[in-house]
Amino acid sequence: MTTSTRGAKTPAVLVLEDGRIFRGRAYGAVGETFGEAVFSTGMTGYQETLTDPSYHRQVVVMTAPHVGNTGVNDEDPESGQIWVAGYVVRDPARVPSNWRSQRSLDDELVQQGVVGISGVDTRALTRHLRERGAMRVGIFSGEAVAGSIDEASLLAKVQDAPQMKGANLSAEVATKEAYVVPAIGTKKFTVAAVDLGIKGMTPHRMAERGIEVHVLPATATVEDIYAVNPDGVFFSNGPGDPATADHPVSVMQGVLERKTPLFGICFGNQILGRSLGFGTFKLKYGHRGINQPVQDRTTGKVEVTAHNHGFAVDAPLDKVSETPYGRAEVSHVCLNDQVVEGLRLLDQPAFSVQYHPEAAAGPHDAAYLFDRFVTLMEAERA
Amino acid sequence: MPKRTDIQSVLVIGSGPIVIGQAAEFDYSGTQACRILRAEGLRVILVNSNPATIMTDPEIADATYVEPITPEFVEKIIAKERPDALLPTLGGQTALNTAISMHEQGVLEKYGVELIGANVEAINKGEDRDLFKEVVEAVNAKIGHGESARSVICHTMDDVIAGVDTLGGYPVVVRPSFTMGGAGSGFAHDEEELRRIAGQGLTLSPTTEVLLEESILGWKEYELELMRDKNDNVVVVCSIENFDPMGVHTGDSITVAPAMTLTDREYQRLRDVGIAIIREVGVDTGGCNIQFAIDPVDGRVIVIEMNPRVSRSSALASKATGFPIAKIAAKLAVGYTLDEIPNDITEKTPASFEPTLDYVVVKAPRFAFEKFPSADSTLTTTMKSVGEAMAIGRNFTEAFQKALRSLEKKGSQFTFVGETGDKTALLEESVRPTDGRINTVMEAIRAGATQEEIFEYTKIDPWFVDQLFLIKEIADELAAAERLDTDLLAEAKRHGFSDHQIAEIRGLREDVVREVRHALGVRPVYKTVDTCAAEFAAKTPYFYSSYDEENEVAKRDKPAVIILGSGPNRIGQGIEFDYSCVHASFALSDAGYETVMVNCNPETVSTDYDTSDRLYFEPLTLEDVLEIVHAESLAGPIAGVVVQLGGQTPLGLAQALKDNGVPVVGTSPEAIHAAEDRGAFGRVLAEAGLPAPKHGTATTFAEAKTIADEIGYPVLVRPSYVLGGRGMEIVYDETRLSSYIEESTEISPSRPVLVDRFLDDAIEIDVDALYDGTELYLGGVMEHIEEAGIHSGDSACALPPITLGGFDIKRLRASTEGIAKGVGVRGLINIQFAMAGDILYVLEANPRASRTVPFTSKATAVPLAKAAARISLGATIAELRAEGLLPREGDGGTLPMDAPISVKEAVMPWSRFRDIHGRGVDTVLGPEMRSTGEVMGIDSVFGTAYAKSQAGAYGPLPTKGRAFISVANRDKRSMIFPARELVAHGFELLATSGTAEVLKRNGINATVVRKQSEGEGPNGEKTIVQLIHEGDVDLIVNTPYGTGGRLDGYDIRTAAVARSVPCLTTVQALAAAVQGIDALNHGDVGVRSLQEHAEHLTAARD
Repeated sequence: MTTSTRGAKTPAVLVLEDGRIFRGRAYGAVGETFGEAVFSTGMTGYQETLTDPSYHRQVVVMTAPHVGNTGVNDEDPESGQIWVAGYVVRDPARVPSNWRSQRSLDDELVQQGVVGISGVDTRALTRHLRERGAMRVGIFSGEAVAGSIDEASLLAKVQDAPQMKGANLSAEVATKEAYVVPAIGTKKFTVAAVDLGIKGMTPHRMAERGIEVHVLPATATVEDIYAVNPDGVFFSNGPGDPATADHPVSVMQGVLERKTPLFGICFGNQILGRSLGFGTFKLKYGHRGINQPVQDRTTGKVEVTAHNHGFAVDAPLDKVSETPYGRAEVSHVCLNDQVVEGLRLLDQPAFSVQYHPEAAAGPHDAAYLFDRFVTLMEAERA
Repeated sequence: MPKRTDIQSVLVIGSGPIVIGQAAEFDYSGTQACRILRAEGLRVILVNSNPATIMTDPEIADATYVEPITPEFVEKIIAKERPDALLPTLGGQTALNTAISMHEQGVLEKYGVELIGANVEAINKGEDRDLFKEVVEAVNAKIGHGESARSVICHTMDDVIAGVDTLGGYPVVVRPSFTMGGAGSGFAHDEEELRRIAGQGLTLSPTTEVLLEESILGWKEYELELMRDKNDNVVVVCSIENFDPMGVHTGDSITVAPAMTLTDREYQRLRDVGIAIIREVGVDTGGCNIQFAIDPVDGRVIVIEMNPRVSRSSALASKATGFPIAKIAAKLAVGYTLDEIPNDITEKTPASFEPTLDYVVVKAPRFAFEKFPSADSTLTTTMKSVGEAMAIGRNFTEAFQKALRSLEKKGSQFTFVGETGDKTALLEESVRPTDGRINTVMEAIRAGATQEEIFEYTKIDPWFVDQLFLIKEIADELAAAERLDTDLLAEAKRHGFSDHQIAEIRGLREDVVREVRHALGVRPVYKTVDTCAAEFAAKTPYFYSSYDEENEVAKRDKPAVIILGSGPNRIGQGIEFDYSCVHASFALSDAGYETVMVNCNPETVSTDYDTSDRLYFEPLTLEDVLEIVHAESLAGPIAGVVVQLGGQTPLGLAQALKDNGVPVVGTSPEAIHAAEDRGAFGRVLAEAGLPAPKHGTATTFAEAKTIADEIGYPVLVRPSYVLGGRGMEIVYDETRLSSYIEESTEISPSRPVLVDRFLDDAIEIDVDALYDGTELYLGGVMEHIEEAGIHSGDSACALPPITLGGFDIKRLRASTEGIAKGVGVRGLINIQFAMAGDILYVLEANPRASRTVPFTSKATAVPLAKAAARISLGATIAELRAEGLLPREGDGGTLPMDAPISVKEAVMPWSRFRDIHGRGVDTVLGPEMRSTGEVMGIDSVFGTAYAKSQAGAYGPLPTKGRAFISVANRDKRSMIFPARELVAHGFELLATSGTAEVLKRNGINATVVRKQSEGEGPNGEKTIVQLIHEGDVDLIVNTPYGTGGRLDGYDIRTAAVARSVPCLTTVQALAAAVQGIDALNHGDVGVRSLQEHAEHLTAARD
C-alpha cells in the first residue's frame, strides 16, 4: 500500500538566481524546471494551490512541512491541471490518509510531469526569499545532477530563465473556448466572467447564488461580453504582471463606460486599478497563504482571507480619488502591511478585491463579497 | 474603539490547587492576564488559594488574596475591594463555577460588579449539555453543518431495542438518567449486551430512563481554539488533532498541532462550524475551545463540546503557536479588538490573523498510575494524567520522539532491541488505551504487524501509523548499517532518534554515539516559533531544535545564565519548581544577566516566551541540554547553568553536565552527591554530630528481620532505587515485613531494601534555608500537622511552627547550618527533621529548591528562590540583605510574635481513580506522596488559618451536625479531647461500637452505628456507609490500620470521597480541625491580602 518516495533517494538540487543552493531529494517528476520562487504559508489545501492557474510559472515552496497527507481526489482541484512550475516541500507523505483520497500526491505530480524537491530546509529558503525577495529558481534532479554537480552551469540556466516582471501569462492559462456554469437552483442573474486564470470555485460561488456564469476567454472583447446580455461582469484572478494586461484593461474600461455592475478578484483588482488610472507594483515577496487579516474599511471588520498575489495596486489609502469613472476609494486593506486589498467606485456599481473570497483553499470569511455583487446587480435591475 | 474607560479595577479568580484536569496551565493564563490588566493601568485584585503559583506573587497583582475560592470568601473580598468588574474565564472551571454561583446568589448585582470576558447566558449555553445541543442545532440550521451525537431517550426495553435502529446500529452507549457518577453506563455491541446493560440501567435510574447514544468510539478527534472580540471578529488560533482516537480524554491523548489529516475543505468546515458556535453561544470577548469528532469512513462531523473559557488546550495552543490566548483574552475583555492588539512576536502585524506553523507540535501526557496500584489504568473520557510534555520538531517523527523522551519516564522512549512478544497478543493488548499503549503498538510493529492491522486494532489514523513504521524502518537501517555515517545519523536525527536510542540499537555507549556524531558534524540547529511560518521577521527568541540546515540563534554580548526547568508535572515534582525557576529568571535578569530557560512543559509560566530573554522548548535530557549549551556558547559568554531550582530532573543531570565541561553554578555536583548518597550523607551527619534514625539495608527477609528486631517495630521500608517515596511503607510487624519483601520483586544485592526505624508519634519538621558558604538564612520552619510517616508532600503543615519553642528553633538552625556547611550548599537546601522524645533526628536533606519554597516565600514575604539564584552566581547573603532582596536583619526563624500563621494543605486526587471493578481507591495517607497540589490558608491564628486551608482544599469544615468517629486502637487515647470539643460545639457523635465504648467510658455520648461488615440491622438500622451515602454525616474521622479494600475503613473513606464529606484520617488533623471549627464558630473570619500581610511583617521587622 505504500508509494514510498523515501526509498528512492534520488538527489535533487534547488538553485536560486542569487547563487544560494539547497540540496534534497527528487519529489514528483525527475528532471529540471524553472520559475519564480515564491512561498505559500497555508497549512491545508495543497491540491487547490497546485491547480491554481495564478501559480503558472512559479515554483511554490510550502512552509508547512508535511505535504500530501490527505492524498489527491478529483473534487478539490481548482482547474484541470497542476499549474505550478515546480514544488518544494520538506516531508512528503508516504501514505495518504483520507476517506476522499483517490491516489497519492507523489503519483499525481509524476503523472503531470511536475518536478519537485523534498527534504530541503524550507524555512531557511522562505527566510531567504523574505529577505531578498522573490527570485528565479531552478530545480534539477536525475540526469541534470548525475555525477558531480556543476553549480555554475546550473546557476547560469536559472539566470537565463524568464522573469516574472513583465510577463503576460493570462492567455496561457485561460480557457480557449467560452463555457457556461449553470446557476444552482433558480437562475436570477447572468454574469460574464473574463477568465484570466480563473479558479473553479469562483463560478461555483456565483452559481450557488443563482448566477449563470458565462466564462469567456482572456481574449474576449467588450462585444463578446455584452453578447451574453450580462447583469454583471466579472474579472478573474490570474498569473503574470498586471502592467502587461493592456487588453483586459481596455475591455474593463468598456464595461465601466456602460456602468454594468462589475466585480474583480486578484488580477481583476489590479485591472480595475489600472482602469481607474492607478499604477501597480511588484511586492517584495508577495502574499501567499490563507491567514491574512484584511479589514473591510466600510464596516471596520476584519476577515481572515486567502491570498495569492505578487503584485499590488498603488492607490492612496487616506483619501477618495477622482477617476474617469467618478470617485474611487480603497475599500479593503491588509493589516499586516497596509497593502491595498480592495477598490470600490462610489458613483457606479464596481468593486474588486486583491484576495480570494472564493477561498479554495482558505477561510470563508469573505464569501459576503459575492453577496455584495448580487446586491449591486439587484439594485441595477430595480 | 480601544480600552473601556468605565472599568478601573478588576477581580481575577484563579483556579485554586492543582488537581487532575486543572493544573499549572491556569497559572500561566492567569499570570499573563494579571500582568496585562495591570499594564493597562487597572487595579488588579486576585484570589487564588494556591501558593505555588506565580500569579499569587505579590508583584503580579495589586491585591493578592490567598484565600479559599468559595462564594463566601470571594464575596468578602468583593465587599472589601469593591471591584468594577470580575473576569472569570481564566481560572478554569473553578473560577467559572464560583462566578456563576455568585451571580445566582445576587452577589455581583449587590456590589455592582460586572462580569467581563463571558456573560452568564454564554457560560450556561456552553456548559449545559442540553442547551449546547440546541446551539449545535441552531448552527446546523444556519450553515448546514455540525451536529450532536444522535441519541434517543428510552423508558422501556422495547424503546431501547427500537432505539438502536434510529441510531444506525451497534455499538451504542447506554447512559441511565440521574445516577451517581454515571453509574450503570456502558457500551453495548449486540442485543444481548444491550438487554443486560439497559435492563440494569432502567432499574438503577430513579426515573426508569436511559439515554441511548450512537457510539463515536474510534472516530478521529479534533479541537479548535477560537477567539472573538466585541466587533465579532473571530480567529482560529490553532487546530489540534488527537493521535488517540475518540474514547480517550483529550488531556490523556497524545495530541498534534496543526491537524495532520484534514483536507482544506474539511478543515474549513470545522472552522465554519466553530465560528458559528462561538457566535451562537455568545462568547463576546475571549477564547473558547471546541471539540469535534469526525467519522473516518465518510467525514461526518459531530460537535462534542465547547469550553467558553481559557483551558488546558488553549495553553497548549498558545505555546504551540506563539499566540498568547490568555493575554489577548484579557485585552479583549477590557474593550480592545483583535486588530488593535499587536502580535508580540512580529511586533509589526496585528493579532487579528491566524497563526500558521512551519513545524509540528506533539503533546504527550504523563501519568502516575504507579502511585495508585489498585486504580484501573484504562484511559477513558475521565482525565487521569497529572502532567504533560510538549515537543516541537520540523516534522512529526522528530516532534513525537522528542515528546516521548521529554516525559522522562523509564520506557517512554521507543526501544528497538530485545525480543518482542507475540504479535497477536500485542495487537490485542493495544486495543485498550493505557499509559504506554504507544510502546505496545511499536512492539507489535516490530513483531510483524502490518499497517492495516495496527489501524484495525487501534483506529489510529493510517497516516500516523505510517509515521510509526517510518520510525521503525529507520531503526532497522541503524541496526543494519555497517557503520554510522553522516547521512544515516542525520537521517535518524531528523526523525527524532536520541543518542540514547541510537546507542541502544548499535550496542554502544550514549557518549560514544555523541562523540561520533559531533565528529561528523551532525548537530541540531535552532528554529524560531514565530506565528507566521517566517513570513515576517520574529523579534522573540522562542526556539526549538531541529536537524535542519539554518540556525537562527543570534549572537549576544551579555553573559547568559541557562536555567533548567522541571519538565512535565508529576506527583512530587510540580508547579512549585516552575515557580522557583521563573523567580530565578526574574532575579538574574534584574542582576544584569541574559536569562535562558529550558523546559518542555507547556502548562507553565517558565515556558511563556515573555518570562526569560530566550526560551528553548526542549526535552531535559543530557543530550538536549548539552546541545543547547553548545549553541549558546557559540552565541556569547555563558555565566553558568542553574540546576538546583527545577527539582530532581535537572539535579540528576548536574554531574554529567559538569563532566562534559558545563559550568554548573550553585551547589556543586559533589555536594549534591554528599546529600543524596546515604553513606556520604551519614558521614556529614556524623561530623556535625547529628543523629539520624537507626537504619540498615537488607536483601533478604532474614536480613530485614534482624535489622527490624534490632531497631524495633514499626520500621519504614523502601526500595533503595526510587524517589518520591515510591513503594515506601510503614511496617508494624514481622508478618507484614515478610509479605513486603516477598512482594518487592526487584530486590537484589545491588538493589537492597532500606529499613529505617520509624519514629512513631514524632513531630515532623521541614526547613528551607539559604547558605552562601559562610552565612545561613533560615527561610522558614514548617511543623507538620500529621505525624512522621506521612509523606511531607501529603501532610498539612504550619509556618511558623505552632508547638515549637525558641530552643527548638535554635537547635534546628544549628543542625541546618551544620548540614549546609558539611554538604557544601551554595543556594537552597531543604531538610526534613523528626522530633521524637526530645531528640531531633535528621530524616533527609535535599540540596535544591524544595516543594515548599513558594509557600515559605509567601508566608514570610521573602523571595527565597530569587535569593538562591543570586547566591548560585556568587552573591552573598550579606550582599542580598544590603540590597534589600533579603530582610536587613533576622530571618524565617525569627518571625515577630504577631506574624500571621500560614497553613499548607495537600489536595489528593482520589475521586479521579477507580479500580477495575469501578470502586473508588482508598484515601489513606502514607509515606508515598500522592497529592497533586496544595492550598494555603493564612490568618492571624492557627485555627482560622487551618479552617481556611480546609475550605480551600476540600470545602468548608462543618460547624455543626453529625460527626462519625472510628479510630485505630493506637489513636483512641488522643481522640478523647477533640471528641469532647466537637460535642461542646454541638456536634452529634456517631461511632462504631468499639470507639463508642471508649468515648462513653470518658463521659462522651456517641450514637452507635453499624459497621459496613455488619450489614443493615433487623429493623432497617443503616450502616455507616449507607448513612454517608445518604448525606446524613457532616464530618468523618477515620484513622486506618494497614491498608487494603478488605477493611471497613476503605468503604467509609471512599464513600466520603464520593459524597465530598470532609474526612480526617489522622488524629492530628482532627485536633487541628477542632481548632478550625472553633475559629469558625467564634466571630467573623476576615480576608487580608498578601500585600497587607507583608506590610505588617516588614513593619514589625523594622
